[in-house]
Amino acid sequence: MVKINGEEKDVAGISVAKFLEDNNYDVSRVVVEVNFDIIPKNEYDTYMFKDEDSVEVVSFVGGG
Amino acid sequence: MKNNIISKEELCNALAAKIGRERFEKFQNARVAICGAGGLGSNVAIALARSGVGHLHIIDFDKVEATNLNRQQYKVSQIGMNKVDALRENLREIMPFCDVTTDCVRIEEGNVCELFDGDTIICEAFDGAKDKAMLVNAVLEKMPDKYLVAASGMAGMDSANNIRTKEIGRRFYLCGDFVSDVEKADGLVAPRVMLCAMHEAQAVLRIIDWDNKEGN
Repeated sequence: MVKINGEEKDVAGISVAKFLEDNNYDVSRVVVEVNFDIIPKNEYDTYMFKDEDSVEVVSFVGGG
Repeated sequence: MKNNIISKEELCNALAAKIGRERFEKFQNARVAICGAGGLGSNVAIALARSGVGHLHIIDFDKVEATNLNRQQYKVSQIGMNKVDALRENLREIMPFCDVTTDCVRIEEGNVCELFDGDTIICEAFDGAKDKAMLVNAVLEKMPDKYLVAASGMAGMDSANNIRTKEIGRRFYLCGDFVSDVEKADGLVAPRVMLCAMHEAQAVLRIIDWDNKEGN
């Protein structure tokens, strides 16, 4: 299982890009960290979530 | 700057008396970049200057407008000025010995590295979601040694209690309620924007306090 924003999800083996698409994230607004390390945008297609990864997907909203 | 009311030494002593000399010296030596001088950035800058942060680097390309005055630290008399110039003027009145450098430019992926070269801590204070994500991705990818404090979610009239600070990465902190989008909620009010700015400012101060203690 992969922990995403604190919730256990069955997404091991799925790419960051596929996960974001399946969950309706707007890629231009997100920051993805896996085990406290940033995943660069150009690795979204190639980075596959691994079992026991701890993932933070920050989806920014406007206002300031 | 000429100041006949109080000398730099007297003002520093007064600030140090409130937080202790050791902590004050840490704050004095800190270099913080503030990206955007709007509702978040103008409030962050004033809080950090009052706290004794010695070096502020403020970046914004915009001018003061009447619609900014409901939450940003500007005055009617400053409408039409570059925000960076207006904010420098206000900071000089509040805390004349704070070293303020400004850049009136738009921050883009391509100029991030050169802009922040001399800064230790970067505070994201934009208003657009895509701009926020661009800056955070660029800093985390290209400048992993920098500390980064960002904000997301402060629009609307929800409870003040929902605004908080969360540690996301090793050197990355996020402030806000993380969900209240200005495109969906009804507007931005001073208290919630300022609360979020104060979360950012306090996160910056805690980084300074902690970082020097660890000897980094």
